[in-house]
Amino acid sequence: MGNPYLPYPVRIDRIVTETEDKNLKTFRFVFLNPEDEEKFAYTPGQFGELSIAGKGEIPIGIASSPTEKGFVAFTVNKVGLVTTHLHNMKEGDIMGLRGPLGNWYPWDEMEGKHVVIVGGGFAFTTLRSSIIYMLDPENRSKFADISVVYGARSPGMLLYKDELAEWEQRDDINMHITVDGTDDPDWKYNVGFVPTITEQKITSADNAIAIVCGPPIMIKFTQPVLEKLGFSPERIILSLEMRMKCGIGICGRCNIGDQYVCKDGPVFPLAQLKTMPGEY
Amino acid sequence: MLKYTEKIRETAKRLLAEKKVDVFIGYRKGTVPMMNEPLLVNHPDKVDPLYWDNFCGLNLCNYLTKRTDKIGIIANGCNSRNIVTHIIENQIKRDQLYIVGIPCEGMIDHRAVVRAVKFKEILGVHQNGAEFTVKGHDFEETFEKNKFLQSNCAVCTHRNPVIYDEMLGDPVDEQTDVNPYSDVEKIEAMDPEKKQGFFTRLISRCIRCYACRNACPLCYCPTCFVDESTPQWVGKSVDPTDTMTFHFLRAYHCAGRCTDCGACERVCPMGISMRQFTKKLNKDTRELFSWEAGLDPEKRPPLDVYRPDDYNDFIK
Amino acid sequence: MTEKVFTKEEWLGTLETLKESYKLFGPVKDGDFHTFMPLDGNKKPDFDYENTRLSPKSVIYPESERMFEYSLDESEEDAHILKESPKDYSPCAVLGIRPCDAQAFQIVKRNFDNPEYQDPWWTQHFEATTLVGLGCNAPCATCFCTQVGGGPFHEAGLDVLLFDLGDRFLAKGITEKGDALLEKTAGNPADDAALAAAEALKQPARDKITATVPTDQLKDKVTNELFDAPFWEEVAFACLNCGTCTYLCPTCWCFDIQDEVQGNQGDRIRNWDSCMFPLFSLHGSGHNPRADKFQRVRQRFMHKLKYYVDKYQNGVQCSGCGRCVRYCPVNIDIRNVCKLMNDFA
Repeated sequence: MGNPYLPYPVRIDRIVTETEDKNLKTFRFVFLNPEDEEKFAYTPGQFGELSIAGKGEIPIGIASSPTEKGFVAFTVNKVGLVTTHLHNMKEGDIMGLRGPLGNWYPWDEMEGKHVVIVGGGFAFTTLRSSIIYMLDPENRSKFADISVVYGARSPGMLLYKDELAEWEQRDDINMHITVDGTDDPDWKYNVGFVPTITEQKITSADNAIAIVCGPPIMIKFTQPVLEKLGFSPERIILSLEMRMKCGIGICGRCNIGDQYVCKDGPVFPLAQLKTMPGEY
Repeated sequence: MLKYTEKIRETAKRLLAEKKVDVFIGYRKGTVPMMNEPLLVNHPDKVDPLYWDNFCGLNLCNYLTKRTDKIGIIANGCNSRNIVTHIIENQIKRDQLYIVGIPCEGMIDHRAVVRAVKFKEILGVHQNGAEFTVKGHDFEETFEKNKFLQSNCAVCTHRNPVIYDEMLGDPVDEQTDVNPYSDVEKIEAMDPEKKQGFFTRLISRCIRCYACRNACPLCYCPTCFVDESTPQWVGKSVDPTDTMTFHFLRAYHCAGRCTDCGACERVCPMGISMRQFTKKLNKDTRELFSWEAGLDPEKRPPLDVYRPDDYNDFIK
Repeated sequence: MTEKVFTKEEWLGTLETLKESYKLFGPVKDGDFHTFMPLDGNKKPDFDYENTRLSPKSVIYPESERMFEYSLDESEEDAHILKESPKDYSPCAVLGIRPCDAQAFQIVKRNFDNPEYQDPWWTQHFEATTLVGLGCNAPCATCFCTQVGGGPFHEAGLDVLLFDLGDRFLAKGITEKGDALLEKTAGNPADDAALAAAEALKQPARDKITATVPTDQLKDKVTNELFDAPFWEEVAFACLNCGTCTYLCPTCWCFDIQDEVQGNQGDRIRNWDSCMFPLFSLHGSGHNPRADKFQRVRQRFMHKLKYYVDKYQNGVQCSGCGRCVRYCPVNIDIRNVCKLMNDFA
């Protein structure tokens, strides 16, 4: 086994600014050594460590789907040292990528079931990966109905706007896009917080699994809604964020109880989280 | 000093029972010799562990910041000066505090005691007036307390609390025949190269655990400059330049504020005498501004006042 | 299994021979205390010591360690691409390590060398190292190794165990690595008197450890009940949130990763980190799951005495060396905290 701390060299292939505040950009990376792409075989829900020489590393959920070949994509919010530097980089620049890291959404368990996706803000990245993955012609038949509740503060803060519009047109996925508020008279989707819209639009928990990814406050208020709808804690799947460094469960900082979010997570069923200290 | 233990318990019990304070902060006897543990008592029935001896060298003012309740606290000279500094710097309100003053005869330097018994394991220390007796597996030795004071205590000129609500004893005589800065003068006399060598050796053992910073009542910044990442001021590895930067900058942050309580040196696991940095700045503020920190809650410290008629040219 | 005896002079003399095959580390008197240092130049080990202030974990896991290096010079073809920093994995030996500190390496090995990931630097340094232990004839009052699965002459984790017989050392090979080291030494085959004298040291030493630190109930506690136990605020009150306990501890392994650049050349470095520091768990968003002091103190004790116990099913993450007990500047005593946790109902 190679050195798990050593990033694969990658080139920034494309940069897309996603949101009106320009704080969210999607970076597509291409591996400098083609064989590294095979080593980076991932499953939706996993993350990678983006590595910038001289600045450091940052753990980010993988936004592309393994069904998309030739690149791997990450949507990055500009917050700290590394992400700010990354936002100033250009297409063609060389950096590093380490992974794939962590576990993934329970794809085996989800087969044959209705899938309810609840996402908020810029945490929609691994959910995009999941949607693309499920909608792939090879995979779509494995799942029953797919419903998506996705919210952002305002229309301009939604990620992947073109794809959202495209998914809205399809009949094999039920989209419920919402914003906290808007003064756009042409806004044709929902207005309201994600938990509220979830309560309105998701009508049944029968044979369904919910995967939830968003800011802590959204997760906090969505949980009771899903439980009320009849989702058992085993069928509510959450993806958590934590300060991480090594990404492989060794450096010790991202634990919740005896679980490392980087290695044993980031995906946890609510049933499991309930047995763990609420320290996240 | 031992006689104060009973008085502290009685006072704490009374203050808590009469609801003059919500909590009382003092020390309890430690589980290892020459170590006491800061303790917060919140009920009159829980005052019995409170304790006082010559090993209460850790500054209790650390435990005052960000509290909103009414606090009883014991204070000797230097702790009282840090209370004053906290009041000046708006870290605590005077009317939140009930200060129980203790005249201090100096704390014993536990490291010096360990050295005196040639690093044999000490199992117990008993104080008896001006003397104390140290016991180990196969030895027992008695020492004169005054010869084993922490180096800051040996040159202390403010043993009596400068601010208090009640005193547990009669004031002790202040020392007048001491030169607190004789060690600083020695360093001042060195040429730059020798100075550099001196300070480099001084901190060579530093493991950057930040015990000195965290034990210092002045270090209450929400984010210390060494922890800032954007921008990052100091490298985080054990590079000697970064370590030196930490110690220098920390000392400068304490200029005109340090009461020379000695907590930093007391807690350092590596035995570094980092007071060599702060004392120089204490000496400077004294010589340049006739200022000693923490003596008067009504006076602003020299580094946070501006006067149009300042006699220094650079400020105009 | 090799068993040899040395007079103390012979032992010091044979170290010179060993230097041809190993880089040696030993306890060196350094001011007021001992530190494990490379025995190069004229540094002399002093085996008449209680234990070092800093644990010997730094021999295998340095406080700051280069991981990778890189160039930021755009004119170079491999600019921005990380390459492994050169390392020296030639054989080294730690002489006079106490059994508790050797056991500590076994404890942290479960973290650095686990079925899923192997830390390349820790494992290779560890592999290259032979641990020559020195049994404790006179454990300290703060020692509690016997309470956490060890003992003053505990062999597991050591390659060689030395018995201090007064004027002589008896060296007992425990592993092949240890025998290989002893083969390179002078010394005579152990005589019966030496073996008997060594054996006679064991029980009196064990008897000197009087602390009772029960850990037997920890595994059966419900994590969240212990986590919500009422005693944490009180345990944590005095804590200064300094890193003394974690930096001195032989079983604390947490680290940070930082990039440092000078000019166009940079290194990725890992540094010891501490769960006592707020920055340890601060999110980029500003949210901190362990923002309060008591949460960080709880994390340290829960990690050592509950999470580790549950994760590895192999006892507590503590080898009973007592360093944190002796050097915590505010006297927070893990022995008492362990009792609180073990007795909590």
